[in-house]
Amino acid sequence: MPAEVTAGLASGVAAGAGGRVARRATALRIGLPAVALVVMLGVIFAMQPRAMSYFGLTVLLNFTLPAIFAAMAQMAVIAVGDIDLGIGPFLSLVNCIAATLLATHPALGWLALAALVVAYAAMGALIHVRRLPSIVVTLGASFVWLGLALLVLPSPGGTPPSWLPALLAWRPPFLPLPLLASILLAGLGQFLLMHTSYGVVLRGIGGNPRAIARAGWSLLAGRMALYALAGTCGVLAGLALTGLNTAGDATVGAQYTLISIAAVIVGGGEFVGGIVSPIGTVVGAWIMLLAGSLLSFLNISTDWQLSVQGGILIVVLGLRALNRWSAE
Amino acid sequence: MNGSVRAWLDARPWVWSFGAALVVWLVTALVVQGRGMLETLAVALQFATFYAIVGIGQMLAIASGPGNIDLSIPGVMTFAGYVAMGLMNGGNAGLAAGIAAGIVIGLAAGAFNVALIQGFRIPPMIGTLAAGFVFQSMAIAYSRTSHAAPAPLLVSFSAARVFGVPVIALIFIVLTALVSIGLGRSVFGRSVLATGQNWRAARLAGLAVRRTLGLVYVISATLAAVAGILLAAYSGGAALDMGTDYLLMSIAVVVLGGTSIAGGQASPAGLWGAAILLDLVVTMLNVMRVGAGLRYVVTGLIIIGVLALAKGGEQAS
Repeated sequence: MPAEVTAGLASGVAAGAGGRVARRATALRIGLPAVALVVMLGVIFAMQPRAMSYFGLTVLLNFTLPAIFAAMAQMAVIAVGDIDLGIGPFLSLVNCIAATLLATHPALGWLALAALVVAYAAMGALIHVRRLPSIVVTLGASFVWLGLALLVLPSPGGTPPSWLPALLAWRPPFLPLPLLASILLAGLGQFLLMHTSYGVVLRGIGGNPRAIARAGWSLLAGRMALYALAGTCGVLAGLALTGLNTAGDATVGAQYTLISIAAVIVGGGEFVGGIVSPIGTVVGAWIMLLAGSLLSFLNISTDWQLSVQGGILIVVLGLRALNRWSAE
Repeated sequence: MNGSVRAWLDARPWVWSFGAALVVWLVTALVVQGRGMLETLAVALQFATFYAIVGIGQMLAIASGPGNIDLSIPGVMTFAGYVAMGLMNGGNAGLAAGIAAGIVIGLAAGAFNVALIQGFRIPPMIGTLAAGFVFQSMAIAYSRTSHAAPAPLLVSFSAARVFGVPVIALIFIVLTALVSIGLGRSVFGRSVLATGQNWRAARLAGLAVRRTLGLVYVISATLAAVAGILLAAYSGGAALDMGTDYLLMSIAVVVLGGTSIAGGQASPAGLWGAAILLDLVVTMLNVMRVGAGLRYVVTGLIIIGVLALAKGGEQAS
């Protein structure tokens, strides 16, 4: 066989293997969370058939809304190749403002929440202009959020404006609110980030910033837009959390840092390259929440919740690594 | 003249943190009209020691290149602190067993991190973060079964002073000096810095890059365990939130101390300047009767501000 034919064959085989690995990676990225979700729901429904009803799902998915919004916020930051380790305390701050200022001085309360979104955009600008590691800046910001939350509400308490709990207690026809909101948010996120031209540009900043800059787009504006989006989703997450808890607490959001990161990654996101999936992120948020419910259904102490959530993250990333191994 | 001062300062990035600490100390002196200033410094040194211990590990991780960071420190501290206190159970009989168990937890946690990072190629940031939550959750589960009280001997050791200076501070200042010498003179130290500057070049030069990085994470987790044991003893027992502040603080003392966040360069002396600075800031705000909320805000803003200024200087040069 002539040398060039062998070489051609070899490269063809290599391309075939590469394609297979890429396909398997995609299948893993999309299929794994879907399968995991179905299995978890299956186990829960098998153990507690009543959970399948409208009311059961409402209870089971009670804290879905803050988790999804927090995960969306994290997704916006991960899309640009950064990470936000301050989103949990940020939720606490919004929670404290919503349980105090928003009820007593609504105009001032909304102004404060708007200022928080601006602060997020400014944080994105600072990270971009000074080329700072997002991990340190957002960790530093987490102290600022926690401190402000303690200033607003030194000890747990407060009362949110009455419309907020009422909104979260709304029972829409046919579909329970958490389910309805999940579907709408996944669809909206998917449309904005995947099917609008600016959404493609924003994801490109994480994937190939040089190409985006060459094409004439401002990387600074893009990063600020994504951070502002993160801030907005963070505010919505904090408001949803307040509506469910009907009180303020400066430490209530802490767990959402892990939940949000894990939701994005489990839902198919990658730390490099601006690879994120809004639908996957919503599924990821569900998985993280249901992991907690599953523990209580299986009579395992909730002490292990952090282990399970961290463990799911490790297993998912480990499976992706195995797939890459088999490619080599 | 001006140029030589600048060159002198550039070669000693730790000077800034000590200078800032001195300023904060003097401001505090003004507020309290000079009363108990040496005691303030001794107490700051005591708490700075805990920051500096975890800072050494975090510094090695950050110095070994972009992407390397240990976010499992709070989890390791808490878990090691709890198990050590649990085995001591308030008596000196369990002292050795407690310390040994705590350090074994540190070694094991470090090995686990390395397995995630090198075995599964999970980015260190996310691998150590997830692992940290697993360790934290083990501490939570362990805390239900044990009331954690330190051995009296360890309590007095952790608070002991020689000529007014905390003993553990002296010990870890010596260790920091050894690390400083080791970074410049030992094969491991130079491998860490070479890997941080350019790991491909380091590997092509025949350095054991993988082993170096692995060792860095094991050292970091082990030091976190030691800090957890000492902190738990000094505070009279372990607490589930004892590690919380150390996620940021371990990174803050590294960055404020003059270590480049881009890797390849380390400033061990600066860890102490930064640790004392951060502690004196809290003391200063305390004597100004400022609440916990504002203390957190100021600490966070200082860290972000100094980082922004320091990185700006690097780009300018």
